[in-house]
Amino acid sequence: MSATPLLKLDGLARYFDVSPPLLNRLLERRGHVYLRAVEEVSLEIQKGQTFALVGESGCGKSTVARLVVGLYAPTRGKIEFEGVDIGGLRSRQARFPYQRRMQMIFQDPFASLNPRWRVVDIIAEPLRAYRLVSGRQAIRERVGELLTQVGLSPHDGSKYPHEFSGGQRQRISIARALASNPEFLVCDEPTSALDVSVQAQILNLMKDLQKRMELTYLLITHDLAVVYHMANRVGVMYLGRLCEVEDAKTLFARPRHPYTKLLLDTVPNLDLSGKERVPVAGEVPNPINPPPGCVFHPRCPHANERCRTEVPHPIPDGEGGMVACHGVQEGRLPA
Amino acid sequence: MTEPLLQVHNLRVEFPTRRGTLVAVDDVSFHIDPGEVLGVVGESGAGKSMTGSAVIGLLEPPGRIASGQILLEGKRIDNLSQDRLQQIRGRRIGAIFQDPLTSLNPLYTVGRQLVETILTHTDMTRGEARRHALNMLKEVGIPAAENRIDSYPHQFSGGMRQRVVIALALCTNPRLIIADEPTTALDVSIQAQIIALLRRLCRDHGTSVMLVTHDMGVIAEIADRVAVMYAGRVVEIGSVRDVIKAPHHPYTEGLMGSIPTVGHHVERLTQIDGSMPRLTDIPPGCAFHPRCKYAFDRCHRERPDLENKGGSHSACWLEADRVRHSPAEA
Repeated sequence: MSATPLLKLDGLARYFDVSPPLLNRLLERRGHVYLRAVEEVSLEIQKGQTFALVGESGCGKSTVARLVVGLYAPTRGKIEFEGVDIGGLRSRQARFPYQRRMQMIFQDPFASLNPRWRVVDIIAEPLRAYRLVSGRQAIRERVGELLTQVGLSPHDGSKYPHEFSGGQRQRISIARALASNPEFLVCDEPTSALDVSVQAQILNLMKDLQKRMELTYLLITHDLAVVYHMANRVGVMYLGRLCEVEDAKTLFARPRHPYTKLLLDTVPNLDLSGKERVPVAGEVPNPINPPPGCVFHPRCPHANERCRTEVPHPIPDGEGGMVACHGVQEGRLPA
Repeated sequence: MTEPLLQVHNLRVEFPTRRGTLVAVDDVSFHIDPGEVLGVVGESGAGKSMTGSAVIGLLEPPGRIASGQILLEGKRIDNLSQDRLQQIRGRRIGAIFQDPLTSLNPLYTVGRQLVETILTHTDMTRGEARRHALNMLKEVGIPAAENRIDSYPHQFSGGMRQRVVIALALCTNPRLIIADEPTTALDVSIQAQIIALLRRLCRDHGTSVMLVTHDMGVIAEIADRVAVMYAGRVVEIGSVRDVIKAPHHPYTEGLMGSIPTVGHHVERLTQIDGSMPRLTDIPPGCAFHPRCKYAFDRCHRERPDLENKGGSHSACWLEADRVRHSPAEA
């Protein structure tokens, strides 16, 4: 493994203030209420890798994505890009050079493109903002190049987003993200809004681009099959915390955290094995009032007294992976 | 041979618009046997939900059934008046929709909604209906059902709400349930719970299900047979095993290859280029031919019908002409 990872998150946390309004707090004697969307998230992403963050809705994976690209400021912890803590950079000026190098692709290609702009202007926006290309003609050429790269035609630049299908719009989002020559792309559920045959096109395109341009991906998704297909490394999140980080191959072959096992067990697959699944009871608890101890204990078949009271800390496995589970640490569960 | 519970013959659903008539469902035929789960799968715009809506008579105007017949237990239901249909809907056909929040009335407690449904469709007294409602809630796995029966829908989580919707659909013991993307809005671990629940309930009650979904994984878990739809038509229909393991139609084949699966490592997914045609410009001949890697002259001109290919039935000229131009040979 190379010395400095491209991106390193260290003890990252983000709380949202969901308190009732001031007057209610005073009159009803209620305190502040915080939603701990992300808590103690530490991970490293090496250059050229695809790191997938997987989890169910409300687990904080999208918040991590937004923290990384600077759409939210962290409450605590560090976000290091090539060793520089960019989470701490407050001024726009200081962030600028790093922002160019990391871009984001959003889930909903119907909401992430301005319907009143022509495609050429949408894609040219980063070029203009970072003053990468100047001159009308040069911008047009660069946009044409980007459109070709994502499998569209340069002529599509003069159209509006509504003239495209969902998959084509996601291609436009990718072209826009690539416009500033980034090295790092944060993809937040890039294919969840798409049909499977279109999803395959976009996933193939993402793989091709990664190979050609040596891109590093942080892939946020709830779909384990997509993770299996795309990722080198996987982090599993539950209720704001990472419960397991592992090489994709190892994780799918030997999941260690009970939640990872649950997730892998419940994915419907095409094997037609006819085996009866034992669905795990219960649901994701409310993050405003998370259970004490290990947040997963109310649903965990192996939980004991310690799990109910003590928060498990990550146990590194010496190869960059980790699992946060008392059961694994105590040897109650196979590691 | 028992009579099929539901028969759909040559169903055609049209939407008259200012720019001409759109055909959303075109010449679709299938049947569902008692106790059988038929999966209807396809991408958005394939006409799968529209087919489901047509069966329960909930097509939104200006959509209308232009031709074809729908028979429930041997009797036509596509030409009934709204009043007659209302009696069948709920009593003999239940429905489960994608978003549990919009299919429950936010102003009434779930108990009241269940009791009212039961009273409308059966001869039970109010007391019996309430007891039955409580039993249904227990059966779909609502914890502490006695306390939750007087809660409002917003007090339930997504998975629990979908359980309530399932209870609502099953409370009159219908013969057929139309489930339109019942698990799409749910997380995977909850999805697994709901799939297991649906499967168990239908087995216990002998209810047939028409399961409309875009998720082949869900079909593989729960359905007996599957119909694959493309651009308003059924392109392949057969047992789940045949369709998934030995698809005949190139679209099904491509669709299966394009689904990433845990445990099967592939460098690239099979890619079907292009996208489903809009209803305004469905190509002549086989609607899939512009995206089909096997397409030949006949596909551009003539529209194939479903025929037995050994295993599943598929609507494709390929094996009819006994030429399988695999790209490797071409």
